[in-house]
Amino acid sequence: MPLLDRKFVVVTGKGGTGKTTVSAALAVLAAREGRRVLICEMDAKGSLASAFDIGPLQFEPTEVGDRMWAMAMNTEDSLREYLRLFVRLPFVGRLGVLARTFDFVADAAPGVREILSLGKLCYEVRERHYDMVIVDGVATGHVVAQISAPDVIGELIKVGPVRDQTRWMQDILEDPQQTGVVIVTTPEEMPVVETCELIDRIRTETRVDVAAVVANRVLPELFGRAEEDVFRRLRTPEPLALLHREFGDAVDPVLDGAELAVSLRRGGAAQLEYLRSRLPSGLPVVYVPELFSRSTGRRSAELVADALGEELL
Amino acid sequence: MNAARRSGGPVGRDASPGIDALLATKEMVLVCGSGGVGKTTTAAALGLQAAAELGGRVLVLTVDPARRLADALGLGGTGVANAEVRVAPERLPIPVRGELWMAMLDTKASWDDLVTRHAPDQATREAILANPLYRNITGRFVHSHEYIAMERLHELHASGRYDLVIVDTPPSRHALDILDAPARMVEFFGSRLLRWLTVPYRSRLFTAASKPFYQVADRILGSNFLRDIAEFFILFQKMEDGFVRRASQTEAMLADARTTFVVVTTLEAAPSSEARFLLGELGRRGLPLGAVVANRVLPTSLRALDAREAATRLVDTAGPLAEGLAPVLGADPAMVERVLAEVGTRFHDFGVVAARQAEREAELRDLCPLVVSIPWFDSEVDDLSTLARVGMSAWGRG
Repeated sequence: MPLLDRKFVVVTGKGGTGKTTVSAALAVLAAREGRRVLICEMDAKGSLASAFDIGPLQFEPTEVGDRMWAMAMNTEDSLREYLRLFVRLPFVGRLGVLARTFDFVADAAPGVREILSLGKLCYEVRERHYDMVIVDGVATGHVVAQISAPDVIGELIKVGPVRDQTRWMQDILEDPQQTGVVIVTTPEEMPVVETCELIDRIRTETRVDVAAVVANRVLPELFGRAEEDVFRRLRTPEPLALLHREFGDAVDPVLDGAELAVSLRRGGAAQLEYLRSRLPSGLPVVYVPELFSRSTGRRSAELVADALGEELL
Repeated sequence: MNAARRSGGPVGRDASPGIDALLATKEMVLVCGSGGVGKTTTAAALGLQAAAELGGRVLVLTVDPARRLADALGLGGTGVANAEVRVAPERLPIPVRGELWMAMLDTKASWDDLVTRHAPDQATREAILANPLYRNITGRFVHSHEYIAMERLHELHASGRYDLVIVDTPPSRHALDILDAPARMVEFFGSRLLRWLTVPYRSRLFTAASKPFYQVADRILGSNFLRDIAEFFILFQKMEDGFVRRASQTEAMLADARTTFVVVTTLEAAPSSEARFLLGELGRRGLPLGAVVANRVLPTSLRALDAREAATRLVDTAGPLAEGLAPVLGADPAMVERVLAEVGTRFHDFGVVAARQAEREAELRDLCPLVVSIPWFDSEVDDLSTLARVGMSAWGRG
């Protein structure tokens, strides 16, 4: 199932790999393709708001562009909405105490917080309020707990409304036509190793499909083999003397810079090769080049969306 | 040993005190920052350097080292969870005056350890350890990883076995989780809510005040689940005294004069903004900020004006230059031209990144007088000689 045709996309990745920018870029791309997109930040860090250059996001979705809405997950609001929609409680007004108690219980009880956030998003998918719901900001260490929350709850709670609630969520989550996890990595050792480990865990501990790995900030190749050979020889005494006559010592840092670029690129390429060798067959790797961009925020999301578009469309 | 360590530090190298002076005067170092910025590497490198230069017994408590680094440090074997292991001097790439010790943080084992220590009797201890909810939640319970890291740091320091303990804090969902963990633990066990929840289940059902809550809770969660939770809380409450005392001591340790925080970051947008936030919070809470370590910093030569001019000219005059260079290089002029143009273009690309980095470094300097830059090494830091290079850079001898 092509990534952009899925209805529920959970984006995860190690800190610092640029998962928020990639999530925002996916939203931008899907919206450009005519989909109505909701993107939700899970970790309340506010980085999704910065990716769209807007103020803090609320639980209530904000329109952030054509066919694009963004929200921030908040378990208390989610609980309130859940009670209103499903339990039809007469005294939701007194939620303050309940929410505090809930917070307390949820700190200890596994899966409760997760089920509420996930439930809200699955609900949006089920009701087709949007064509695509993108979840941003689930840390790699937490994503398995997040997407397997219905299973965990199902094991701990044998009867009752929550138990019933978990079934339809599982139906959405475990359908690869609808749901897919996207793992963002950079071509560095730790993120690559964690990506491989995470894929193994998702495949053994959950029934949720991994849709793609996004390799972010891939450095461009500077030289082909023959060109690199020329570059090496540039640094031998005779050509170097010629360059020094022309530029003085100022050319040395320029050559060092290229050397650095070559070695960074080579290290990254080796990591990507390892990544490809470890991935299950058929799992696509989507490459996003290092953009060397001055920009942050919305502009950066648009540029990454361009790059994703070249790979995905 | 402490005295020896202190008197042995390098003196008078620089007017402003560096990270060497910081580590020479502190006994507990909390290395924190967002994920993926090189916290583990930094903690290990600081430990190695401190053991080498300052001497004494230095312990690095690490959370999740890359496998090759763990192997290089001799932590690779199984059964070393929570065990303190001395890194054999012959493994180390530099002569070390003192001793370098490593320990890995095992959250589950540490929790079991805490329960064993604080349970009032054997029956309670066994009941807790066997409780399915306990087994399920020790990984997530009220910022459990963060709390355990603080608690272990406190314990190791209090053991008197080490001159310096450096803790590599767990990757948190939020940087503040580390700072909040002990207080939240105290709050959790001391709260009236916990007392109320742990009133025996049956008698509570007849309390008018609690009825609405239980009606709601039963309808949402199911009463079995609630009873399981209540049982778990009742068991845990028996450990309240020991736990709260311990957590309060741990919290006090954060503000101790012998403690210092080292904030690790890269100079990319998101990590440095998180680092700035963390620095602000440390200041607001009056916690002792020691240094910022900026990892993977591009060389300043990428921003040098004359080099930038040279790069531009290299691109503009690549054609004529290639004509002259091609015979010397024995290569096709068109190819030489491409190479020269590429070299110049890439210099500007990386120059843009380096300029951004410099801007962020200056912002960090406004918040912390001591910012140490570690260059972007061309290899992963997974062997001890690269680790030593990182340590040397942190010492200002890169």
